[in-house]
Amino acid sequence: MSIMANYHALTGNEAVAYAMKQIAPDVVAAYPITPQTSLMQKFSDFVADGDVDTEMILVESEHSAMSACVGAAASGVRTMTATAANGLALMWEIVYIAASSRLPIVMPVVNRALSAPINIHCDHSDAMGARDSGWIQLWSENAQEAYDNTIQAVKIAEDPDVRLPVMVNLDGFVISHGMENVDIYDDKKVKSFIGEYKPLVNLLDLKHPVTIGPLDLQDYYFEHKRQQAEGMMHAQKAIDKVGKEFGASFGREYDIVEGYKLEDADFVIIGLGSTMGTLRMVIDEARKSGMKAGFLKLRVFRPFPKEIVRKHLKGKKAVAVLDRSDSFNAVSGPLYSEITSALYGVADIPVVNYIYGLGGRDTSVSMLHRVVKDTYDISKSGKCDNILNYLGVR
Amino acid sequence: MTMKKKGWKDITEGNIIDKPATALEYKTGTWKAFRPIWIKENCIQCKFCWLYCPDMAIKMKGDKMTGFDYEYCKGCGICAKICPAKKKAIEMKKETEFEK
Ligand code: SF4
Ligand code: SF4
Repeated sequence: MSIMANYHALTGNEAVAYAMKQIAPDVVAAYPITPQTSLMQKFSDFVADGDVDTEMILVESEHSAMSACVGAAASGVRTMTATAANGLALMWEIVYIAASSRLPIVMPVVNRALSAPINIHCDHSDAMGARDSGWIQLWSENAQEAYDNTIQAVKIAEDPDVRLPVMVNLDGFVISHGMENVDIYDDKKVKSFIGEYKPLVNLLDLKHPVTIGPLDLQDYYFEHKRQQAEGMMHAQKAIDKVGKEFGASFGREYDIVEGYKLEDADFVIIGLGSTMGTLRMVIDEARKSGMKAGFLKLRVFRPFPKEIVRKHLKGKKAVAVLDRSDSFNAVSGPLYSEITSALYGVADIPVVNYIYGLGGRDTSVSMLHRVVKDTYDISKSGKCDNILNYLGVR
Repeated sequence: MTMKKKGWKDITEGNIIDKPATALEYKTGTWKAFRPIWIKENCIQCKFCWLYCPDMAIKMKGDKMTGFDYEYCKGCGICAKICPAKKKAIEMKKETEFEK
């Protein structure tokens, strides 16, 4: 099958809005927040121009946006929203309810720092804070991945074995406002890829009355949580399957993780999001100067791909984990904690952590060179004296 | 209330109740600390108690109130409060009085 590329110069937000137009959700409820604003603005253009027949609900807050999404999804229709940072924080209560009620809502999160001090730029503290809310989390390195992840998210969320909401993360400004060439697929092909939504329940079906969200006390709450954990356990398989099908349909296959020069690497840098793009170049340069560096990019943070991480890190001499958020007073950053937990009892490798880029602080090539060089040194000495490092802080 | 509880594999996802009238299976009678007693001779058959009872604990035969279903009555006392009969037609008694 030959697949012709159809490149458009788009920002990440425009690309995701375009994906939404092609998905054509039945309901979108949203409230603007930087850096998500231009995404929903573009999407509401499509609605206003009649390019998509979505019922667009303009609400008075993110708490209401997610509440409206829960209501819409419970009535058995395809539902989306998008948010960022403080908007996600305001949604909090309902974010949990969406997941626990097993409603397959898809939500791009344009990652931004949480206040205070008030800041509108990229870091991952918004989504990382929601890591235990029961949402699947996909992460994007660039606008193309944000577009592709958004389309795949619909299929993953609606998989009958999963039925969980999905967050599609894209770095605020770096991806959302940066313009790139994005390969846009044919409308009809996207439509047939996501297929028709077959809801499990429909609150408006008067012939089959159901109750959604009833009280669930000591006798059954625990069982429902166990069930939710099961859905999350199935998610990895669904993400894998959808990634392969996506490759077959559009020529871009997606894995749970992506390795770069990983196989023969002595030491590995792990991270997610746009910084991994910069890291590709840094690793190329490191290789030229004789350091056998590689990276492991996580496209999926929830469910956490622990076996895959173990498999790729086994036998490596040192690992550095990049965290674009802090987890104050924990062992270290959130990604670091997951990686070291996954390695516990399986591989005894020195693992170092770098908290970087908070509040949009630019993570330069030279900073990443330092990470690579330091990790190289650890791989040689086998010693790691300082686990927690703040990269680029004065 | 000796319903056998199901395991996590046998219940609906997301705590969805997928059929109506399941409250029938959930007997709330053991909750009560007070028990309503019907004083038949004072009753004017207005059916306010039936209308206001938050459960389905008022027994009816045709359009006649005929007493309480203690398997469901939670003992909230709303019926006794709302009863407009001149002479008390519902009296709330402590559940402990019936334990002997
Ligand atoms: S006490 Fe409450 S539950 Fe019982 S019959 Fe009266 S109103 Fe109904
Ligand atoms: S409210 Fe009182 S008077 Fe009216 S039907 Fe009930 S018991 Fe009888």
